[in-house]
Amino acid sequence: MKTMQVCLNVNGESKEWSIAPGDLLLDVLRREGYFGVKRGCEAGECGSCTVLVNGKPINSCLMFAAQAEGREVLTIEGVEQGGKLDPLQEAFLEYGAVQCGYCTPGMILSAKALLVKHPDPTEAEVRDALAGNFCRCTGYLKPVEAVLAAARIYRQVGPSGARPRAKHRSALHGKKR
Amino acid sequence: MNANRSVVGKNLRKLDGFKLVTGRPAFTDDIHIPGLLYGKILPSPHAHARIKRIDTRKAKDLRGVHAVLTYKDVPRVPHTTAGQSWPEPSPYDTYLLDSKMRFVGDRVAAVAAESRAIAEEALRLIEVEYEILPSILEIEQAMADGAPVIHDEPDSTGIHDAQTNLAGYILREIGNVEDGFRESDLVVEREFRTQRQQHCPLEPHITISWLDSDDRLVIRSSTQVPYHTRRQVAMILQISVQRVHVVKPRIGGGFGGKQEMLLEDICGALVLATRRPVKIEYTREEEFYMARSRHPQILNIKMGVKRDGTLMANKMTVLATTGAYGSHANTVQGNTGSKVLPLYRTPNMRFECHVVYTNTPVAGAFRGYGCPQGFFAQESVIDEIAQELGMDPVELRKKNMIRLGDIDDLSAQLGEGRKGLPRHVRSCGLPECLERGAAAIEWAVKRQTLPQTTGHLRRGVGVACSMQGSGIAGVDWASALLKLNEDGSFNLQVGAADLGTGADTVLGQIAAETLGVTLDKMIVCSGDTDFTPFDVGAYASSTTIISGGAVKKASEKVRDHLLRIASKMLDIPVDNLTCRDNQVVTKCECEKSVSMEDLAHYAMYKEKVQVMENASHWNTDSPPPFCAQFAEVEVDTETGQIRVVHLVTAVDLGVAINPMQAEGQSEGAVAQSLGYALTEEMVLDASGRVINPSFLDYKMLSAKDMPKLTTILVETEEPLGPYGAKSVSEIPINAPAPAVANAIYHAIGVRFRRLPIRPEDVLPALREKELPSPQRS
Repeated sequence: MKTMQVCLNVNGESKEWSIAPGDLLLDVLRREGYFGVKRGCEAGECGSCTVLVNGKPINSCLMFAAQAEGREVLTIEGVEQGGKLDPLQEAFLEYGAVQCGYCTPGMILSAKALLVKHPDPTEAEVRDALAGNFCRCTGYLKPVEAVLAAARIYRQVGPSGARPRAKHRSALHGKKR
Repeated sequence: MNANRSVVGKNLRKLDGFKLVTGRPAFTDDIHIPGLLYGKILPSPHAHARIKRIDTRKAKDLRGVHAVLTYKDVPRVPHTTAGQSWPEPSPYDTYLLDSKMRFVGDRVAAVAAESRAIAEEALRLIEVEYEILPSILEIEQAMADGAPVIHDEPDSTGIHDAQTNLAGYILREIGNVEDGFRESDLVVEREFRTQRQQHCPLEPHITISWLDSDDRLVIRSSTQVPYHTRRQVAMILQISVQRVHVVKPRIGGGFGGKQEMLLEDICGALVLATRRPVKIEYTREEEFYMARSRHPQILNIKMGVKRDGTLMANKMTVLATTGAYGSHANTVQGNTGSKVLPLYRTPNMRFECHVVYTNTPVAGAFRGYGCPQGFFAQESVIDEIAQELGMDPVELRKKNMIRLGDIDDLSAQLGEGRKGLPRHVRSCGLPECLERGAAAIEWAVKRQTLPQTTGHLRRGVGVACSMQGSGIAGVDWASALLKLNEDGSFNLQVGAADLGTGADTVLGQIAAETLGVTLDKMIVCSGDTDFTPFDVGAYASSTTIISGGAVKKASEKVRDHLLRIASKMLDIPVDNLTCRDNQVVTKCECEKSVSMEDLAHYAMYKEKVQVMENASHWNTDSPPPFCAQFAEVEVDTETGQIRVVHLVTAVDLGVAINPMQAEGQSEGAVAQSLGYALTEEMVLDASGRVINPSFLDYKMLSAKDMPKLTTILVETEEPLGPYGAKSVSEIPINAPAPAVANAIYHAIGVRFRRLPIRPEDVLPALREKELPSPQRS
């Protein structure tokens, strides 16, 4: 099979992977052990495979891995910092926003993208931000409450403290160190 | 309920929450296995057909293909895929692979290949010649004269009457309904139709299987029923139970759809054929037509009342389809009678149901298990009767509802596919549910002030009630094993299958409460047939009450043992000791204590004894939880759009072991039910193919679509439940749909008797009613 190299930054670490041109980012991330990226529909409809690419939530089932060249990817594995949970992760636990947990990584990442840009959202804005993440367990009330609670912490800590770590690392541009 | 409790009744974090919020590998697919093959199933393109010729040579010759299996290659063992206690009350009408196809999506063949792409290519290379048979898609056609026979094979068993496509038939009567109708002042008879709803767990069905170094078949699977699956797979593959090891990791939701042995048999067959590890995972599209769905029903309900609102007779006649196979056919439909009709005291009750085969996707267990259909019909008619009598719908319900101390004999007649046990109401918070729910939605005010007419928008409020069970009386049972470790922590091993419901946490709380330790001392392992003792699995709202009962018993035995050891250590009589705050302490004022850790060290290294106990538990009754649900809706008379504004759930769940989790169960059930009421339907075309097998075309509610939710936990003390608990996971899915339908009636004066209630149904109904529309300029 024809392969190519892709260089990207995942959770603050530079990576160089051999991929096939048609490989989806979802499949490559899972193959590389980022199991927090979940497969739910492979059609960009459920949001379980959400990752942040340069800070923006995308469905990794709709993006070729090759398109991640030179980008910064944040998966759920990179949200926890130095063994300390992100306020969103803490809030999801504290508010009972996790049931089966399959949609949780995608929801937390969508919420994180929102809060980094906009740490003082209304409930409607939170619901808007989560609208691309289907959850079949919770009815969304507790996840929405959790995001609003985490937003209060984000506002106290300030946007920089709450930003994805990947943002602080020098961006890689396609080449090995 | 009890202020002295330190773990039970607390909003503690989920034990498995940390790994879920951090994305740690926890689910079936979160594992890399060297040499893994990808399994794929070739689905039938025809609703009803016989394989005349099947040629797999080209597929087998494809590089990277390791096995291609057809009906010729596997044992023919009639079975049911329903994950139920042996002997299953569902017909044995299913085969690992068969030469006859009974729905679009039925298994034609299965392949295992080195990649998914190769497996998919191999499916395309299988040449099949079909003899296409006339098919039955409509539920009413199934029993017509001359209808094609779907199960004409001679070896299936347990089918009520295969020649008339009758999978199951139920008739039960208490009193005489015809007498009851004669004694009634008002008789209302109506017909209702409900649709095919899909579970849509975010994690599709997935199984990974391999042979371990002892040549045993390991099945790592997204299942609610590890033990039933082990038994069924062994039978189907004709190997001993001893050779099968089923492992349930974290599950990405099930809702009944995984109370089914669905992929494990074919995956195991491919493993045995290739001697390589194999994974089969449904795509979302396959999930829609190859997994299970809620049974569609046509319900005729006839109720008779006295002028003062006293119910005299309740007759429900149901025609349901189980699709091509009879998985859960008898039991789901039995529930439609046994859990719905007895909600109201009625001297004369009759329930009759025909469950027919059709050439459509297979129905199965789905949260609510027959109740959402039944309550939609019954609660709509109750509302209509209230309207006719000029009574408040809440008052009519209060007048007739089942009460504390009642014995419901219908459930005795309608057990798990066979004669059951009478249901005694030992706890009942339904009156309080109605009162607190009504207050939360401002019922009294809104019934007076609505329907409010603001331009083209009309608002209304509606109510509906329901009951459920807590485990299957006399059938469900569970066991638990509890072991003390030297640091004072405990291994709690349960066969119960947490599928995302929080069962591990709730069971851990029951054990921790009983042992006087904090929840963080519990290491819970669930759903592994080698390492945890038997449990029927996660279904029938049984885990908290049945598995929890086993956990409580095992914990009490361990506690007794701990006290005996502490008694020796402290030289204090056992009856003066108790477990509290991670230690054994004296009850008297002498205030001696020993920590669990010191006690464990003493037991292990001085006494040389492993403190470890197990216990089993079952109930002779299925204590019903109760629920009252209120909806406020807004109907747009220009577009027919229905918006639910507020949905109140007041649920009597016994004692809430973890109130936060209990609320979450309720809120999730409500979201599924609002989809059932308004948007969700699997639609088949004229050939029996599902035309909307995606989340784009099958509309579940998103965070943006949800109304304001209010959840009220009405706690009662259930004598048969651990710490007074009943159940909560299913019941709140029953009544939102009728509450919404009743609210729509309140808003616009139109009754809808078919689900889902869509804008395209509302608009013509409004035109027919000639509701004055606002003036346009």
